[in-house]
Amino acid sequence: MNTTGTVTGINGNMVTVRADGHVIMNEVCGITVGDKQLKSEVIRIRGNSAQVQVFEITKGIGIGDRVEFSSQMLAVKLGPGLLGQIYDGLQNPLPQLAEKTGFFLERGIYLDALNSAAVWEFTPRAKVGDKVSAGDCLGTVPEGPFEHRIMVPFYNEDEYTLTRVNEAGKYTVNDAIAEGTDSKGNTILFTMAFEWPVKRPVKLYEERLKPTTPMVSKVRLMDTFFPVAKGGTYCIPGPFGAGKTVLQQITSRHAEVDVVIIAACGERAGEVVETLREFPELTDPRTGRSLMERTIIVCNTSSMPVASREASVYTAVTLGEYYRQMGLDVLLLADSTSRWAQAMREMSGRLEEIPGEEAFPAYLESNIAAFYERAGIVRLKDGKTGSITIGGTVSPAGGNFEEPVTQATLKVVGAFHGLSRERSDARKYPAIHPTESWSKYTGIMPDHHVKYAHSILAKSGEIDAMMKVVGEEGTSLTDYIVYQKGEFLDTVYFQQNSFDPVDAAVTPERQIHVFSLILEILASGIQCDDKEDARRWFYQLRQKFLDYNGTEFNSEEFKSLEKDIRDILASKASGIDPNAADILKEVKK
Amino acid sequence: MKVYSRIESIAGNVITVKAEGIRYGDLAQISTSFGSSLAEVIKIDGDMVSLQVFAGSRGVSTGDELRFLGKPMQVSCTDALQGRIFNGSGEPRDGGPALKDNMIPIGGPSFNPTKRIIPRNMVRTGIPMIDLFNTLVESQKLPIFSISGEPYNELLARIALQAEVDLIVLGGMGLKHDDYLYFRDTLEEGGALSRSILFIHTAADPVVEGLMVPDMSLAVAEQFALNGKKVLVLLTDMTNFADAMKEIAITQEQVPSNRGYPGDLYSQLASRYEKAVDIEGSGSITILAVTTMPGDDVTHPVPDNTGYITEGQFYLRGGRIEPFGSLSRLKQQVNDRTREDHRDLMNGMIKIYASYKDALEKQSMGFQKTAWDEKLLKYGEKFEREMMDLTVNIPIEQALDRGWSILADCFEKEETGLRTNLIEKFWPKGAGAVHGQD
Repeated sequence: MNTTGTVTGINGNMVTVRADGHVIMNEVCGITVGDKQLKSEVIRIRGNSAQVQVFEITKGIGIGDRVEFSSQMLAVKLGPGLLGQIYDGLQNPLPQLAEKTGFFLERGIYLDALNSAAVWEFTPRAKVGDKVSAGDCLGTVPEGPFEHRIMVPFYNEDEYTLTRVNEAGKYTVNDAIAEGTDSKGNTILFTMAFEWPVKRPVKLYEERLKPTTPMVSKVRLMDTFFPVAKGGTYCIPGPFGAGKTVLQQITSRHAEVDVVIIAACGERAGEVVETLREFPELTDPRTGRSLMERTIIVCNTSSMPVASREASVYTAVTLGEYYRQMGLDVLLLADSTSRWAQAMREMSGRLEEIPGEEAFPAYLESNIAAFYERAGIVRLKDGKTGSITIGGTVSPAGGNFEEPVTQATLKVVGAFHGLSRERSDARKYPAIHPTESWSKYTGIMPDHHVKYAHSILAKSGEIDAMMKVVGEEGTSLTDYIVYQKGEFLDTVYFQQNSFDPVDAAVTPERQIHVFSLILEILASGIQCDDKEDARRWFYQLRQKFLDYNGTEFNSEEFKSLEKDIRDILASKASGIDPNAADILKEVKK
Repeated sequence: MKVYSRIESIAGNVITVKAEGIRYGDLAQISTSFGSSLAEVIKIDGDMVSLQVFAGSRGVSTGDELRFLGKPMQVSCTDALQGRIFNGSGEPRDGGPALKDNMIPIGGPSFNPTKRIIPRNMVRTGIPMIDLFNTLVESQKLPIFSISGEPYNELLARIALQAEVDLIVLGGMGLKHDDYLYFRDTLEEGGALSRSILFIHTAADPVVEGLMVPDMSLAVAEQFALNGKKVLVLLTDMTNFADAMKEIAITQEQVPSNRGYPGDLYSQLASRYEKAVDIEGSGSITILAVTTMPGDDVTHPVPDNTGYITEGQFYLRGGRIEPFGSLSRLKQQVNDRTREDHRDLMNGMIKIYASYKDALEKQSMGFQKTAWDEKLLKYGEKFEREMMDLTVNIPIEQALDRGWSILADCFEKEETGLRTNLIEKFWPKGAGAVHGQD
């Protein structure tokens, strides 16, 4: 018999319940209002009274309303058919919900996350007599571009001897496809789908590896200068209008990973709509299939209930872990983690907890750390590797990075892509700040090459600042040329034209090729008569380079423009920076 | 329903009574010696029920009568609403009859994101700084960031009169009485009052009453939009709304997050702004809201949170819409279908205006001006007078033509940095001769 209870208090989306039996922390319960049951989660227990956060609007709840406890923690359903879905924070499929309730999200309606009528072509991989445990592969079904592994449910903690494995054939997610006996001799049925609590990380792997393989995003500034490794973590803080969401959208399109999970957490619904409408039309160059087939959208936008916003990032990361267990590379994009942190703050306030900085709860940092720690590249029991990369945007109040969420995030991530208001105002895309951002991962270029380019940029920045004081006339020609080199690097390499089909997504091969040319230009001594001459020369070079950026890699036009660029360079180049001599030798190889 | 005549506590505008069988969000009627007022249940703890009193608690006695109505806040929604003016409790302010038909709940559920469509229609305002440079799009939510003393209400009224919409819903919060009369009279003179619905809470009214205004306005707008109407919702001033929430939160002893505002400020604002929607096969809701920035500080919690929610913003400063900082995030959806020169002219003119600002700085610092600087100064002055001035009222096509003529008046063709094919097509005929006369 499950525990039941009655409502004794209501404050916003927090309800106090008097329970008649045992209550589990984070247990899901349902509050009966009229003919609906509102899903809630236990967040504090005191004596026989439990405080629960309600995942719905609480209007109309009254004292004495009946509450049923489920003895289950908040869980998501895992199985074939997740890819291409659009869920809310509690894994309710939104398109199906729309069919049922129309334009508006009626409360208290929960649908199956997986289509129970869909039929999957099952191929067994295990055989009778095999000893299996949680996460082991029983068989596969084709899902989109992948072999979806049907696994022993993660919660089955025993070892099982298989007594039956179904033949290849068509089954639904709820059909038992295998049967086994556990160590006590009980018979267990295995279906193709099972549930797993969202707040418990899946740890069914041999070991966690160090993230070293670059996760290619095809954004030059990210791949070359501030790389992210597969299984790594990064954050994108920025004031409003700096282009956080645009950067996430572009990454979700072009990133070279198997599965992309977009967690639209507390942001504008309109932005999700663009993804919803455009992805089915776009093809994934890696598989030639629709981009939607590798994407899952978990969408709990700003006007949807705040408690399920808190759950939505966990829902997203759990779905990611499931696909990681199949040896796939998953990218989770959370936009925005600040809204998730605010959801925690709202609940903390209602619980009357002692507030920390800016009223965020004291456990803010540990929760953020625990979330990002669910990223990682792991070696699975069968020797394959799988990874989850997490990229979260942060929306700091007033654009000030000194606030708690940004600071807590910076402590735990491996790369920081800080967006700057000045750069976005100047219409520089991406607005990642080239000197303030950092990454601890190794990317597609050797570190010292990147460092050299960075040193030129830093010098250029210093000269620019000095020039604002002493004017152009007080600056030496040598310094002026260094300044122009920095500007050149910024314009032709850091910035990308997101409207240009070629320049919007640059392959790593092309980045390596183009960057070597950039290094040559940066390292060359440039002989100019005066500043006007230098300005004109750099302007000419820049124009050619921008055209070059817009041409197909290794096409005739590309080669001819590259020759033009080299000719322009040769016309003024004399000698090279001795600091860069080794780098240029390596590049020429 | 049972009548309660013992109020346990009164703090700020929140009263607490011992009552049973009450539901969260229910309304009650409180009768005091000054008249009666509505109150809304905002917290229940056992049998202790806390309510916020719309008319404020001043003069409320612990012995006053409280009658629960057994339903949450509702508003009547019929065609009879058009041309009418109501207060923050939904009662008539214009002396007309109270409306009780087709009562609908306010603050309803969120629109299913998968049912949204990508916005596609421009809203014409006749203001070049909007139409040409930051186009307003049907179903957009856009705040006007401004400071006290700026003509933001005049701007709202003008857009309301000129926008081609079926219905205007005006929600006023903490509005000065003069401003309320201004809106009423302007809409009447413009012949738009008959297709307007006004929910007006003035600065003289109790603070709490203003809290209901956005929800009532948007609930009514939503019903009309579902019935195929293009609705424009004007909200002024959302900072007053946020301040009212702050007041209640502090009274309730909630932990403040930033400058005294409650931690859920973002969610509260978002649940209102996100009502903006374009409904496939039906109407739409466009929201324009004034957000005054205390101390002209855009990092103040109200404009800051608003900026994260809305699809851009207009900065109204010095009586003009600033070209820098102002942004319509949705303009890309429509400005490729107005006229082929729209996008290029939009970017080109702003770039040159930015150079004008540099030249102006050079001039004020006493540096020597070049011939190019002189041209820029002439351009900037013309641009401000003929484009930025809020009295300019021309359709977009004329604004584009005017843009070309300003450029032709000040520059040679190749100095504009615009594409050659556009210059050939749109450069005013005979402009070269004009230039020769200079």
